This record gives sequence, structure tokens and C-alpha cells, in this order.
Amino acid sequence: MILKAENLSKRYMRKTGQANYFHAVKGVSLGLRRGELTVLMGRSGSGKTTLLHMLSGLLTPSEGVVRLGDADLYSMDDEALSRLRNKKIGVVPQGRSAIDSLTVLENVLLPGTMYGSGDEKEALRWLDALEIAHLAGARPAELSGGELRRMALARALARKPAVLLADEPTGDLDDVSTERVLTALKDVTRNSGTAVLIVSHDTEATRYADVLYRMDGGMLKEESLICRADA
Amino acid sequence: MKLRQLPLKNLLRRPGRTAALVLLTAFLALSVFCGSVVVRSLQSGLDSLEARLGADIIVMPATAESKVSFKNMLLQGTTGAFYMDASVLEKVREVEGVAIAAPQTFLASLKADCCAVKVQVIGMDPATDFTVKPWIDRSTSRALEEMDVAVGCDVTADVGEDLRIYGLNTHVVAKLAETGTGLDTAVYCTLDTMKRLLAAAEEKGVGHKITSDTSDMISAVYVKVAEGYDVDAVNNALNGHVRKVTAVRARSMFTDVSDSLTGISQTVALLIGAVWVLAFVILLIAFAMMVNERRREFAVLRLLGASRRGLSRLMLAESALCSLAGGMIGVGVAALAVFPFATLIETRLGLPYLTPPAREILAMAAGTMLATLLVGALASAWSAWRLSRTDVGIALREGV
Repeated sequence: MILKAENLSKRYMRKTGQANYFHAVKGVSLGLRRGELTVLMGRSGSGKTTLLHMLSGLLTPSEGVVRLGDADLYSMDDEALSRLRNKKIGVVPQGRSAIDSLTVLENVLLPGTMYGSGDEKEALRWLDALEIAHLAGARPAELSGGELRRMALARALARKPAVLLADEPTGDLDDVSTERVLTALKDVTRNSGTAVLIVSHDTEATRYADVLYRMDGGMLKEESLICRADA
Repeated sequence: MKLRQLPLKNLLRRPGRTAALVLLTAFLALSVFCGSVVVRSLQSGLDSLEARLGADIIVMPATAESKVSFKNMLLQGTTGAFYMDASVLEKVREVEGVAIAAPQTFLASLKADCCAVKVQVIGMDPATDFTVKPWIDRSTSRALEEMDVAVGCDVTADVGEDLRIYGLNTHVVAKLAETGTGLDTAVYCTLDTMKRLLAAAEEKGVGHKITSDTSDMISAVYVKVAEGYDVDAVNNALNGHVRKVTAVRARSMFTDVSDSLTGISQTVALLIGAVWVLAFVILLIAFAMMVNERRREFAVLRLLGASRRGLSRLMLAESALCSLAGGMIGVGVAALAVFPFATLIETRLGLPYLTPPAREILAMAAGTMLATLLVGALASAWSAWRLSRTDVGIALREGV
């Protein structure tokens, strides 16, 4: 397991006038393996995105542990965790995630420049693979929703992450683009050994899954493990 | 692409907001720099005036003030003259506590055919003078001879030229450094030259009401008090022992000037303070609004690996760039306003005004830039802190 979550919970306090906790995620344990594409399905509000944020080191869990290799993400200080996320974890969030002041290519290069210099060749390779290389010099405002989504994906993949966590990566895409993105993710999983987790509503994603989870009411129960390639 | 380019790119991406922030900081820098330069120039003017006078006590005819304000002569270059018998000088020297007593004789030239310029002519004794002589010595190594004059920096005559006064040609041998006072429009000569000029004025029929021999007339005696003596006591002794004169402490002549300067300094400090508070509050609100507007963008940066400190640095860099640009514009505009119009400011304020030397101005400009950077940094620090505490997960869900 490259990424392992144990007994992960996230509680929020609702402002109802009295102490009233709401569990967005409750007691989730799961692991992501190298070269494996995991798909996490579930209804809106089931806690998928909250779980993804905790797995990526962006949201401190109320309980539980997340380990990337030997590193316990939430016992690290912010500098170390940020650096680790930059180098090892690729995240594709829901919705727009472009920095408007930068071009598409600069957006893809941005994570690389944070602690070194961006690999322009790799960035252009991914833009090409996702068929938006011709937009490298364009501003995000000039791109469609689908193109922006592919740009975000290229940005995550260009860093060659050990783990890629994608939240609805095919959300704004048509069927052809959806297939292209999912194929690209599957190829990355196989060729680079990256552990990929896709959070999606799209049943199309399940066709590419090595492992499929379903989440409901913040819980990922044993029986929700629908299939595992090596199981 | 370098990460350090990101703050500039962010600012250029939103030109309207950036321009507003730059203008605000420019206004702050302008007020700080203008205020500092004006107050410092007034202070320099007063210091220079006191240094030029160099005397502890000035002895004048008792009727002098009814003829012309000595203070206005010094501050604004008003011309005028008053006279007393030269024997006063010896009486002054006899008073205990007087270390040096140097006479000066005044004559006002005219704006007429006889005179090249209308100026105050001041005759002094190079042997005893301790007020003007050191300034002349700094301008020329040559001693003033008969019909030689040294001119203040605002007199329209250069070294080597002749200056016609009451039909006599005097020779300009030195041009004195600026004092920012009325002394800059005066012409200095020896008492011997002054006697000839007074005689020429008499011949021209100028009514200076010189009733006795011009060679026995002086206008004022500048007194340096001996070490260990109380200036007030010597001043009182002079008033008591020498008849028909008024001895005044040089410093007391400038008490009201000093008071005005203090008043102006306090007003300027108050205005600068008010502008600071206003600019700080507006910048605080502007940065807070900017952070709210860009919460998702900052959350994305965190997601890509930016640390809390990294985000704060980005925010501070944007604020520093705005402050730097605003500071430079503000100082530049202030320089364009305050230096070319120095004479106008001096006239309007009616106070000695001497622009400080370049290195002091550069130091003030640097201080202004630093102050502008500081206010920008302080105003953005709170937003940067708030930003670093933002829940990335929640920010990422906003505006999806």
C-alpha cells in the first residue's frame, strides 16, 4: 500500500444552538496500491470529497491516520506536508482550479516551480496527451469547462505523483473526452505505477476500476468493496 | 515560469484593483515625503538662520523697530536701514561678559537707475565680524577689499561681475551658500565700502535720515557672550549701561518663528498620522476583500503544495509590489511638487525655508518607501494570517 487510511473520521459541528456533531466521514479505512486504479462512487453528500481531502493531506481528520509510505501525513508540520503533497500527491479538485493570471502551460508548470523548476517537456507531453497542447499559451478564461478539467489533470500528472486523487475528473466532459481522460488515467496507473483514486458519479469510470468502493453516509463498509482485481 | 513571477502576474491580471492599491499607497507616500521635506526644510532654514547670525545678542538703536522689522529683514529680505552712533560699539565692548562685539551697517539699495538690484547692503568689519565672515571665507579665499562685495545666493549677480549700487560699481568676489532666509538676497561689503556707498546714497538724495557723518554710523552690533557668562544677564547689562539702544537675545527674535515651525510640524505630523490610519484601514479592507475573493485560488495553491508560509509570502509580495510602486510614484510626484515650488512655499509660509542636502532627501525618500512598505505589509499581514488558517477543503467547495 502506498497510501493507507485507518479509521478516518471527520466531524463538523452544526450551528444549531446546541452541540450537535455531524459526521461527514466515519471510521473509514482503505488503502491505495501502486499501479491500481480505485474508483469511489457514492451519492452527493456521502463524504467522498471530504475523504479525498483528508487523503491528500488538506483536511485534518477528527480521528484516524493517513500514511503515505512511512509518513504519517498529519503528524508532519505544514512545510513538510506541503512539500510532500507537492512531490508525491497529485490532486485534481472539483470545479475550476486554474490560476487565472497564468497561461495554461504556466498553470501546468506551477507545482514544479514551487520547490524547484517545472519540467516544461513533461508538461507539454501531458497537454498533448490530453489534446490541449494547442492551448498552452491561452489564458484559463479562454478555455471550456472540459479543457480546464484536462488542464488540471495535466498539471497533476506532469509531476509524476506517486498518488493521484481526482475528484470528478470527468465531470464536465463529453463522452469522447471522458473516455480519453479515463484511458489516460488507466495508462498512468499501468505505466508509471501511480496509485489513482477517482471520486466520481460517472458509472463509466467503473469500467476502468481495479478496485471499486461505494460510500454512503460517510461510511465505507466492508461490503462496499465491490471488486478488487487481485481479490 | 518562476514562482517569484506569480505575484506580479496576479497584480497585472487585475489592473483596476492593483491601480487602486498603488494610488492609495502613492497618496500615503506623497503625504509622508512632502510633509517630511517641508518640515525638514523649515527646520534647516531656522538652523541656518541661527548659524548665519551666530550672535548671542544683537544691539540696535532703540528706534530701529519703528523703522523696519529686523526679523523681516532677516527672514523675508525686506530692505531697510537704521543708524546709531559708532561710539555705541565701544560702550558695548566695555560691558562685562561681552567677548566679541562686531558692528554692521545697513543700506537699502533702490529699484532705480542708480542700482542694479534692490537689495539690503550690509557692511561689516572683517577684523571682528564672526557672523558673515566665516560664510564668505567658505566661498572665497580672497579677503574683501574696498568696493568688493559678497552676494547672497539669490542676488542676480555672479562672481566676477560688477554690481552697481547708487551709481558706484562694486565687484562681486563671492557668492554665499543658501540659507533659505532674507539673507540670501543681501549684499555684503566692508565698512569702508559701506561708507562710500552711504556717501553715494546721500549724494543721490536718498532719505536715509543720516544726520551725522556717515563714517561714524553703524546699524547694529552683534555680540558674542564670553564663556561662563549668562546671556540674559549680559543682555540686561547692555540695556542698562548703553543708552538709546535695545539689546535683544538673538534666539528670542526667532521664538515666534520657532513656535510657528513647531505648530506646522505638529499639523503636518497630525495630517500624516491621519493619512496613515486612513490608508491602513483602507488597505486592510482591500486586502481582506481580496482574500475573500481569491479564497478558491489560494486553496488551489495549497492543494498544489504551497505551504501556509508560502501563501503568506505570496500575499506579502503582492502587497510589497503595490507599496513599492505606490511609494515610488508618491515620492516622485511629491518631489515634482515640493522642490520646484520651494520659493513659493517659503513665501506663503513666511518662514526660513532651506531645502536639505541631497543625501538627507535621499534618506527621507528611503524612509518614506520603508514606511509605505511597512503599512502595506501590516495591512496585508492580517489577511495573510487569516488566509493561512482557511480550511482548504471548504474553500475548494466554494464556487464549484
